[in-house]
Parts: sequence; C-alpha cells; structure tokens
Amino acid sequence: MCLGVPGKVLSISEDGLSAQVDFFGVRRELRLDIVDEPVQPGDYVLNHVGFAIRRIPPGEVQETLALFDQILKEAAAGDLMAEDVRGEMAAGKEGGRG
Amino acid sequence: MASSSEELKFRDPGKARALTEALAREVEAIGRSPVSVMHVCGSHEQAIARFGLRAAFPRALDVIMGPGCPVCVTDTPEVDEAVALAAQGARVCTYGDMLRLPGTSKSLADAQADGGKVEVIYSVSQAVELAKQRPAEQVVFFASGFETTAVATAAVILAGVPENFSVLSSHKYVPAAMDVVSEMEETNIEGFIAAGHAATITGWGIFEPFARRTGAPVVVAGFEPLDVLAAVVELVRLVRLKRPEVMNCYPRCVSKEGNRPALEKLWKVFDVVGGNWRGIARVPRGNLDLKPEWDHLNARRRFRIDTAAVGGAERNVLAERCICGSIMSGLAKPSDCKLFGKECRPETPVGACMVSSEGACKIWHVYGGQPDLREVA
Repeated sequence: MCLGVPGKVLSISEDGLSAQVDFFGVRRELRLDIVDEPVQPGDYVLNHVGFAIRRIPPGEVQETLALFDQILKEAAAGDLMAEDVRGEMAAGKEGGRG
Repeated sequence: MASSSEELKFRDPGKARALTEALAREVEAIGRSPVSVMHVCGSHEQAIARFGLRAAFPRALDVIMGPGCPVCVTDTPEVDEAVALAAQGARVCTYGDMLRLPGTSKSLADAQADGGKVEVIYSVSQAVELAKQRPAEQVVFFASGFETTAVATAAVILAGVPENFSVLSSHKYVPAAMDVVSEMEETNIEGFIAAGHAATITGWGIFEPFARRTGAPVVVAGFEPLDVLAAVVELVRLVRLKRPEVMNCYPRCVSKEGNRPALEKLWKVFDVVGGNWRGIARVPRGNLDLKPEWDHLNARRRFRIDTAAVGGAERNVLAERCICGSIMSGLAKPSDCKLFGKECRPETPVGACMVSSEGACKIWHVYGGQPDLREVA
C-alpha cells in the first residue's frame, strides 16, 4: 500500500478536480485534490488510492515506469508486488471518459 | 519468471556488480558483525525478497524489516471497534488488507460471514460514493495506512462528505515507526531506510530531527532492485563514517519539503496522537486521528461502539505463541516463529504480519519461506 503507481494524464475534467489517466493501457479517473503541482495532459503522475500524489518530473518518467512495466508483465499469479500495483490501478474511478 | 526477474535485476549488470562490491567494502571497513540496518516499508521488503537481494548482501550485514506495515501494527481493539460497528448494523468500508486482520475474537471477514455489511474498497472515494448511494445507512470508513494514505482521507473530508459518512481512523504516523525501534534497548539498529513513496508526501526533511536525536543516519530509497541496493550502500557508508545525516536516494519522487498542498490538507484534518501498536508498545506519537473540529465525522464520537459484545473472553492460545511484535522490532525473523508456514499461513493468519501484502511474514511466505538465501545450504 505504500507503492504509488505511475500513469499518463490523458485529460483533465472541466472543474479541474479530476483527470483521466492511463495506467499501462487501463484508463482510470484520478482525483487531483492533493497533487503537488498543476498537471496537464501528457504529464505523468504517481497514483495512490485513487489520488494523484506527485507530478513526476518529465526527465525521470522512463526510469519510474520501467519497474512497474516489468512487474506487470512478468508477475506470476499471487505475486504481492504485482497485486499491490493492480490494487492501486483499481483505486481510480472506472469507466470515465475524458 | 526467474529469467525475467534476473533481466530486471541486472538491467544494468555493471552497476549491480559495482554496488554489490561497494557494499562488501563498506561493511568490511566497519569491521564488526552484524551491522544492522532497518527499513520500514512493506514494498521494500517485497523488492528485497522478490528480487533475492539478500543474496547480494554481505553476511555481516542484516537488513531487517521494521514496523513499516500500518496494517500489521493496527491493534486488536481497533479491529474490534470495526467488527462491533458492522455488528451494530453500519456498513464498514476498508482497504483489502484489513479484512483478515484478527480482532480479539473476530476479523472483519468473520463479521462479513456473520452477515455484517463489510466492503473492500481501493479508494476512500468509493466509500463516500457508497454513502451517497445509501443515505439510509451509516457508512464507516475504517481507515488504515501512513500519511500517504491519510492525505486521501483528509482530501475527501475537506471536499465534503454526506452526513451518513464517518471515519474510524487507524492511520499511523511514519516517524513513529522509526522512533519506537530506536528506543528499544534490545535492538541495535544503526541506520534506517525510509520509504520513498511515503516521503513523497512528507518530504525527506521530516527525518532530520530523528537522525540528529538518535545518531542513526536515514536514507530515502526507491523500489527498483538497484534503487534499494544503492540506498543500502549509502546507508552503510554513513554508518561507517558515523554521520547521522539524511540522504535522499530517490530524488525523482521525493523532495526535502514534500508535497505541501497535501500536507496542508493532512494537518487540517488530523492530529498526531498516542496509540498502542499491535505487539509492540504504546507509541506516544504513533497514530493519526481526526482533530476535534471533525468530531461529527469521527465514528468513535458518533457511535457508542460496544466492543465487549464482539470481544472474545476466551484466550487465543495460538495468538499467544505469535512473535509478530519481536519480528516488527527487528528482534526475530519470520522463520524464527514456530507458527510460520504451519498454523500461521496467508489464508489462516494467526498474527498480523501474515495478513497484509506488506507484512514481513506474508512476504517471506509468498517468496519462498526463507528469502535470505545466505542461510540456505
């Protein structure tokens, strides 16, 4: 539960309170109440329990993505890290369209 | 799986080798055994166990998991409160790890089996949605997690919640996890690895008073195998130099001051209060509870919670043999427990450390029972 998961911002809601975010092909709506900096489409954010908690500096995105990409691809059933990552992805609101 | 995890572990094989060699040199230069350092994050233990990092650590180095699992240190009476609220008819929403956490005689999973309304959620927002959809019910969010998770609870409260929503807070405060261990006379932890993503919120500056006061250096680490290895090298170097400093080895996610907007929200809603941590001690600044101005949303104020009705008068003989407290204090390893992998398993946990995906016992059990490969053979 202390592993945030990075995703790419696709769009921001009109009221600016939430964003559509892509997590390795899964689209979720995240709340923006507590993100540290303003975000725009194309930015990457770290998601924790359905909230963006950090805008990832652009130069450091690839490094941050690599671990999660690998874990999701290779994980055997029951792998704890992969389950935590998937749990974080499930924390976003489903079915939103931006 | 083995080949691909090796691929990750050695994505930069040269760097991995250089770090392993540097670590061996640093530990040898200290010249005693064991040198003990502690991390306080379930995700770090997952990374260490999953990628077999202990095999790369010198024999004289102990990297121990401390009380870094907020679910594991959630005390029995707190679970009893949630079970009692479910028994009293409230709809109790909680993160999945909390479901099997044992109370005095029942867990929330037991309460659910008894017909109680218990919902597993991934985000506190889902609990608020449920409260909106069911205005005739009382919806209680049984909140767990460190500051990183508590900021989300604070955010929904500040954004406004329906009248039938309340919070039973079992949020914990990160610095307390290190304080409690450093104050135990039996332990001799010489340095700490702090959790990268929690520090995203708090900033690494929060650890400076601790390092100055205790003389133990703190290194903030990420979760890649190489991130962890690099952080351990830096930490052991600071131990050797006797420099009680804080070093940030995870700058891509962590700044000194942390996430200010989030911290402002956190401290508008929560106070640091004392609380009992399961199996460990009374921790003077261990818990986060709602400030008095939020009493109307505090389940402990809104309801008369009758824990006596769900408390077991009967002794739990198995639980008395559980050594979770010693494991979280760094005094014992999961494999030292006689119940580990026998009576105590993920599907039938006796102790809290076997419940959560961040508990040391569950992590060791899932990744092969004895992930310290130096002790096999």
